[in-house]
Amino acid sequence: MTAPAHTPVQAKSITATDLDLYYGSFLAVKGVNITIEPNKVTALIGSSGCGKSTFLRSLNRMHELVPGAYADGEVLLDDVDIYAADADPVQVRRQIGMVFQAPNPFPTMSIYDNVAAGLKLNSRKIKKSDLDAIVERALRGANLWDEVKDRLGKPGMGLSGGQQQRLCIARATAVEPDVLLMDEPASALDPISTLAIEDLITELKKEYTIVIVTHNMQQASRASDNTAFFNIEGTGKPGRLVEVDTTEKIFSNPTHKETEDYVSGRFG
Amino acid sequence: MSTEPTQREDVTDTDPNADVPGLGSLASNAHAHAEDAHTVAAPARVRPPVQVAGKVLPGWAPWGIVAATAVVMAGLVAAIGWNWALWVVGTVVVGGAAQYVVSRAVEGKRRATDRGFTYAIVAAFALALAPLISLLYTVVSRGAARFDGEFFTWSMRGVIGEGGGAVHAIYGTLIITGCATLISVPIGILAAIYLQEYGQGRLKRALTFFVDVMTGIPSIVAGLFAFSLFSIFFGPGIRLGIMGSVALSVLMIPIVVRSTEEMLRIVPNSLREASYALGVSKWRTIVKVVLPTALGGIVTGVVLAVARIIGETAPLLITVGVVSSVNVNPFDGRMQNLAVFAFNSYKSPGVPPEPSIDRAWTAALVLILIVMVLNITARFIYRRFGTEIR
Amino acid sequence: MSSTNVDDLQSVVRGGPARGGAGDRVFRGLATGAGVVILATLAGVALFLIVRAWPAITASAEDLPGGENLLAYIWPLTFGTIIAATIAIVIAVPLSVAVALFISHIAPRRIAQPMSYLIDLLAAIPSVIYGLWGIAVLGPASVGLLRWLEDNLGWLPFFEGPASATGRTMLVVAAVLAVMILPIITAVTRSVFEQTPRRLQEGALALGATRWEMIRLTVLPFGKSAIISASMLGLGRALGETMAVAIVLSVSGAITFDLIGSGNPSTIAANIALDFPESSGLAVNALIASGLVLFAVTLVVNMAARTVINRQMRI
Repeated sequence: MTAPAHTPVQAKSITATDLDLYYGSFLAVKGVNITIEPNKVTALIGSSGCGKSTFLRSLNRMHELVPGAYADGEVLLDDVDIYAADADPVQVRRQIGMVFQAPNPFPTMSIYDNVAAGLKLNSRKIKKSDLDAIVERALRGANLWDEVKDRLGKPGMGLSGGQQQRLCIARATAVEPDVLLMDEPASALDPISTLAIEDLITELKKEYTIVIVTHNMQQASRASDNTAFFNIEGTGKPGRLVEVDTTEKIFSNPTHKETEDYVSGRFG
Repeated sequence: MSTEPTQREDVTDTDPNADVPGLGSLASNAHAHAEDAHTVAAPARVRPPVQVAGKVLPGWAPWGIVAATAVVMAGLVAAIGWNWALWVVGTVVVGGAAQYVVSRAVEGKRRATDRGFTYAIVAAFALALAPLISLLYTVVSRGAARFDGEFFTWSMRGVIGEGGGAVHAIYGTLIITGCATLISVPIGILAAIYLQEYGQGRLKRALTFFVDVMTGIPSIVAGLFAFSLFSIFFGPGIRLGIMGSVALSVLMIPIVVRSTEEMLRIVPNSLREASYALGVSKWRTIVKVVLPTALGGIVTGVVLAVARIIGETAPLLITVGVVSSVNVNPFDGRMQNLAVFAFNSYKSPGVPPEPSIDRAWTAALVLILIVMVLNITARFIYRRFGTEIR
Repeated sequence: MSSTNVDDLQSVVRGGPARGGAGDRVFRGLATGAGVVILATLAGVALFLIVRAWPAITASAEDLPGGENLLAYIWPLTFGTIIAATIAIVIAVPLSVAVALFISHIAPRRIAQPMSYLIDLLAAIPSVIYGLWGIAVLGPASVGLLRWLEDNLGWLPFFEGPASATGRTMLVVAAVLAVMILPIITAVTRSVFEQTPRRLQEGALALGATRWEMIRLTVLPFGKSAIISASMLGLGRALGETMAVAIVLSVSGAITFDLIGSGNPSTIAANIALDFPESSGLAVNALIASGLVLFAVTLVVNMAARTVINRQMRI
C-alpha cells in the first residue's frame, strides 16, 4: 500500500518589489519586481554573473550569510514580508527550502537521518512512528524510496550523485516548506539523473512553488511554466530582471530583443 | 618533436645552456621558433642534429662512489686506530667530495653542483635523524633495566636505594594532564568556533595573532604564571596538582585552538548552507552539523596536544613540587609526575646512584611510550574518523 | 505505516516555532567568552609576573641573591640564554632548510610523508629526555671533538678551552637545542617551499635548469621570508627551553664566549627550574623577575616572527 506521493497542496506565491541586493557597497542586483506564481515552476535564466543565483538566495534570506551582504526592498510570501524587521531568517528558511548545485548530504548522518535532519536538528519532539512516516513520504516524494528503503541506516554519502541530489530534495521537502528554491540542481549530474530530477520537479509543483536557476535552456523549456530572464550590461554593473513571462512566450516570442538574443543563443 | 625538419639558427658559445647538450638545444629550439616570424625571408640555415643524450653517470654511481669511499676510509681509519665516528664522518665528507669531482669530470660543472647539493641535503637529513635514532636506542636500552612490575606498582615511599617505582608519578601525570585537558578543551574548541564561525573585526584579528604568539610562550613562564596566580591567594609555599594543570593549560589551549580551527575551516560551507536552508539556527548548525563533521580531526588535535604537554617538566617542577608517595587529589598538596620524576631521579640520585638513575631512564622510556601511543592513536583516529571531511 | 494522514503530518512538522534567537545569543556569547578568556590569560601572565616580580624590582641590592642589584643578577643569565639560543639557531637553520628541501623537493613522494612523520617525532619527545640524552650520550661523545677544537681552533675565543672532560658545555647544549627546534623550523619552511608556484618551478626546468638550479632560482627566493620567520620561531623556542639546558649545562655563572669549557653562564629558564624549588622569600621574586625578562624577550621575538609570517601569507 503506497501513499499517494503527491497530493495537491495549495502553495504560496512570492512577490518581490524593488528588490536591490548588495555585497557590501557593490550593488549586485538592481530593482527586481516579480511575482512568482504558486504551484508553478519558475525558471531563472541568464548568463553567468547576471545575479540570478543571488536573487534566488535572497528569496530565503541565504544571501545575507555572505559577510557584508544585504537586501533592500520587499519580498512577500503570500502577504507576509520576509524582510520585515521582526522576521526571523531561521523561520523564513523553514518555509522556503533550498536545494543546492552540488548534492550536499550531511556526511555524518544516515539516509534516514539526513531526511529527518530538518526536524531533528531543531530538536523537535516527534514520535518515532510519525518521523518514520515523514521520512517515507519525503523519500517517496523524491522518487527515492524504492532505491533506499532497505538501507535507510547507511550513510547518505554512499549513494550516487543523482541519488544524493534526490536525497537532498527529500531532506528539503521533509520540513514541508511552501516554496522550494533550486540552484542549478542538476548541473553536477549526468543526463539520466538530470532527467529524473526534471521529472521530479514537475511532480513536486503539485505541492510546492518552485523556483529553479538553470544554465540549461532545454531544461528551462522542458521543466518550467514561467521563465524570468536576467541580464547584466557589463562587468561591475548590477544585474537586472529583463522580463518574466510564460516559458512558452519567452522561448517563442519574447518582448525584449536581448531576451531573444539570449534564448536563441546569439550571446551568453 | 624530434621528427620536425630542422631549420638552423646557430647556437653561439655564449648560450648559457651550452654545456648541457640535450637541454641546451631544446631551449634554443624554442628561441628559434620565436625568431621565425621575423626571419621569413632570411636564407635557411641548418641546425645541428637533435641530441638528447648527454654524458651522464649511471644511476648506481652515487652509491658506488660512497661505498668505495667507505672501504678506503675503513682502511685509513684502521691504520690510525679504529673510531666509528671518524669513519662515518670521513666517509660522508670524502664520499661527497669524490662524487663532485667525478661528476664534474664526466658531466660538467652544473651537473656536479646539482649532485653536490643533493648529496649535502640528503646528508643533512640523515644527520637530523641521527639524534632521534641514538636517543630512542639509549632510552630503550637503559630504560629496560627497571621496566618491571615493581616500577608500575610501587611508589617511592620509604624506598632508599634499589627497588621502588613510579606509580605515584604515573597517577600524578595522568591526573594533572587530565585536569589540564578538561580546562583546555572547552576553552580551546569554543575559541576556535568563535574564530571560524562568528569572529570578525579587531577581536578576531587580535585573538588569531595572540593565539599564535601564545604557542611560543616558554613552558617555564607558564609555570611561573600559575605559581604567581595561586601564591597571591594562598601564599608562596603553595604547591598543588591543579596549579600544574593551569600552567599546562596555558600551553595546551593555543594548540587546541589552532588544530580545531583548522578542522572547522575544512568543513565544506555547503553543509552549513544546507542546514540553514532547512531552517536550522546557527548554533544548532554548528553543534549538530559542523562539529560532528569535524569531530575526528578535532579529537586528533586534542590527542596530539595532550601528547605535547604530557612530557612537560619545568612548569610542574615549580608548581606541583615533588613527593614520594601517591597523592591523587589535585587540590591537596604536592603530586609527582613522570617527567619531574625522571629529572629528579637523575639529578639527585642519592647513594648509591645507580638504582635511581635506572629509574630515571625507565621513567623516560614510559614517557616516550605514552607519547608514541598518543601519536599513533591520533593518526588512527584521523584515518578512521577524519574521512568525513572531503 | 502510511496510515497517518497527510494533514496530520503537516501539523506535526509545522507545529511550534523554532526560533534560534536565544540559543544563538548564548552560544555566541560562550564562544566569544572563550576567546576573551584566552586574551585575558595572556594579559594575566604579564600582569601576575609583574606583580610577583615587583618586590625584587624595588628591593635594595643587599637583600637580593648575590648581594648585587637585580640587573647584575639577571644579566649573566640573559647572556647565557642568548648565547645558547643563537648558536642553536646557527646550527639548526641550515639543517632545517636542508631537511625541508629534502622532504619537499628531493625525496621520492613515497617516502616524503613517512620522513616528515619522523621529523615530527623529534618534536614529540619530551625535553627532559633530550636532557638525559644530552648528558648521557651526546656530551661524553663530544669530548674528543671539543679537545680537537681546543687544539686546532683554540685561537678563536669560542674554542679557548680548557675543554670540558664531561661534554657539559655550551656547544653541546646548543646542539641539543638545535635538534629540539629543528622540527619547528622544518615544518614552517617546508609548507612554504611546497607552495612555490608550479609555473615558476616548471619555467626554470623548461629552460634546462638542473634541480638544484631550480631550487636556487625559485624555491629559495620564494621561501626566504619563511626561513627568516621560522628561524625566529625557533629562536623563541630555544630561548625558553628549560630542561635540556638545566640537565646538561655545567654552570659557573661566568660571562664567557668559550663554548667548550665547563664554566658556563646559565640560562634564565634553566636557572629558574634549578633554583626555584629551593628558594624562598625575595629570591623567588628575583627568579620571577628573570622570568619576566624571558617572557618579554620571547614575546617580542614571537610577535615579530608572526608579523613576518602573516605578511608573507597575505601576498
